[in-house]
Amino acid sequence: MTAREPIADLVLESPPLAAPAEATPALSSLGDLSMTKPPRSLWTDAWRRFRKNKIALIGLGYLIFLIFVAIFAPLLATQNPVKADVATAGTLRQAAWVEHPNPLKTGEWAYPLGTDSIGRDVWSRLVYGTRVSLIVGFIPMLVILMIGVPFGLIAGYMGGRVDNLMMRITDVVYAFPALLLAIIMQISFGDTAFGQLLNGLVLLFISLSIVNWTGVARLVRGTSLSLKEKEFVEAARASGASHTRILSKHVFPNTLNAIVVAAAFVIPSAIIAEAVLSYLGVGLAPSVNPDSPFPTSWGQMILDGSKFWQAQLWMLLGPALAIALITLAFTFVGDGLRDALDPRQGK
Amino acid sequence: MIHFILNRILWLIPVVITVAAVTFFLMYRAPGGPWDREKPLPQVTVEQLNRKFHLDQPRWLNISGVQDQLDQGVDNPYTLGKTLVNTQFFNYLSNVFQGDLGPTYASRGSESVQQVIAKRFPVSLKLGVVAVLFAIVVGIPLGLIAALRQNSTIDYACMFTSTLGIAVPTFVSGLILLIFMSRFLHISPIRSPDDWQGPFSTAFILPGIVLGLGTTAYVTRLTRASVLEIKEQDYVRTARAKGLGASTVTRRHILRNALLPVITILGPAAADLITGSIIIETIFGAPGLGSTFVTSIGKRDYSTLVGITIFYALLIAIANLLVDISYGVLDPRIRTSR
Repeated sequence: MTAREPIADLVLESPPLAAPAEATPALSSLGDLSMTKPPRSLWTDAWRRFRKNKIALIGLGYLIFLIFVAIFAPLLATQNPVKADVATAGTLRQAAWVEHPNPLKTGEWAYPLGTDSIGRDVWSRLVYGTRVSLIVGFIPMLVILMIGVPFGLIAGYMGGRVDNLMMRITDVVYAFPALLLAIIMQISFGDTAFGQLLNGLVLLFISLSIVNWTGVARLVRGTSLSLKEKEFVEAARASGASHTRILSKHVFPNTLNAIVVAAAFVIPSAIIAEAVLSYLGVGLAPSVNPDSPFPTSWGQMILDGSKFWQAQLWMLLGPALAIALITLAFTFVGDGLRDALDPRQGK
Repeated sequence: MIHFILNRILWLIPVVITVAAVTFFLMYRAPGGPWDREKPLPQVTVEQLNRKFHLDQPRWLNISGVQDQLDQGVDNPYTLGKTLVNTQFFNYLSNVFQGDLGPTYASRGSESVQQVIAKRFPVSLKLGVVAVLFAIVVGIPLGLIAALRQNSTIDYACMFTSTLGIAVPTFVSGLILLIFMSRFLHISPIRSPDDWQGPFSTAFILPGIVLGLGTTAYVTRLTRASVLEIKEQDYVRTARAKGLGASTVTRRHILRNALLPVITILGPAAADLITGSIIIETIFGAPGLGSTFVTSIGKRDYSTLVGITIFYALLIAIANLLVDISYGVLDPRIRTSR
């Protein structure tokens, strides 16, 4: 079934080649040998392979959906995520479809997933929590790449003593238990002015990336080490290109494949780490500002929910499922990217 | 080989020093102190406690002490050097290398951090053993079956399950399992502290399995990939051509060689299990080292936090070391190349 698709693509993209009867005369005259379609770059090739991977496409679709949820959170939320409904505070209103003898606890569609212990709408908090999860996945990923990629490129390209020293540093950093260090970072800076920037998001970005760049650095170093022996690098060096130029124009573009795949796996692990930190009570500071763009995170909701879930199931199940789905989607996309960008690894 | 092992063991020293220095730095610049209470302690008590825990010493380098001695005319470099490092950090570091992680602040010194570790770690270790056993007993057969029936329904089912296992954090799967068990099966997996005593307590089974889910998934994937590669090798064909039965070929020729790469993930798995145990112990109320770490956060028990972090860092480093060594010992190709 899948084998037929490339042919279908070909037909769509280049009608003249579709019918052999028309193609044959074209070959006889040299003038017609000009390009009939734009050259296929590595990335369009990869995209063609990625498109065939249904599970990866589902993952990508879900992530795009979440991005829209995050942007249009105010439209999707049924209530303000921070303002408490004083009337039902403490009664733990059930999800909308649940009938309860106590009319205050009976579900209502104004509160689709019920309310939490102080009367805040669980659904709206879940919707706003998407923002924190996405941003906490993407920004630490960027920080990790900004540290790890140059570090690995230089170590691998320079080789010798520089490489040895840089890799030793990586080894020591790698030995840190990442989560424990993140916890300690959060405790240490949590109450300072710096730790309060953007409700603690800035500190969180740093805590989540401070150790985790070593994986990317090692990966890039390995690739750059093997690339610098390649003929095209030698040719560039022979024609007098500087180290900076060789690194940026010849080595770096060829490590991009590996970097993209690694980045796809860094994001979910940062999302999980944020949830864990918040669950342990050292993540984001709980926001009481009703206009805050990042009022809560799924990890915080799990922390609240883990105390009350026996009375209000969705306080825990909602954020737990949300985290499970987002990490699953990123893993599907990551697997798809790996298969698409590195066909040799294959199945 | 000996040179390689010694080199790797010596490498643990800078690792411990760096981990100690960084955690020490971060903890001691943390706001508030171990003696913060709802009702502030009297100044005298705080001073006494600080003296008892050597918190009145200079933190990193005793420069003013050296200055004083120089003024008094001391010029013996050994005495001066000793004064310079007579500080909280260097005294702590030298104690760490003698196996003394200092007193816990929460107990006001009646219990040392290594005593806490000795008391709590066995619980975490048992959870870890259940997790690794589960990963091996379930992961290897699943990976083997999936690879032998490549592209069959069984294969796809195994691969999908292992993707789930890798993607969904133990943190979430543990919570969802907890909800499922008590909502639909009406069993409460949360046990009282007494249930965790004894070496074969059943309390360990469920949290141990949840802890091992991620590792199980990795083992399944790795076994599958490895078997797929090995089963195309010439020596497997030779074994079949000799007329050996399918089960003998699988056992003796495929599985034996395919298991080698699986060992490599036990190093990273150690780090995963330690991280996971912090969450799982908190969720299931297990009195292990991970939950001790979490309760110490709330108590601002900095010495315990620093001590446990150093202990875990050492544990992870040793796990990686053992994996490297065992790989060298088990694989003749690596053994001879060194």
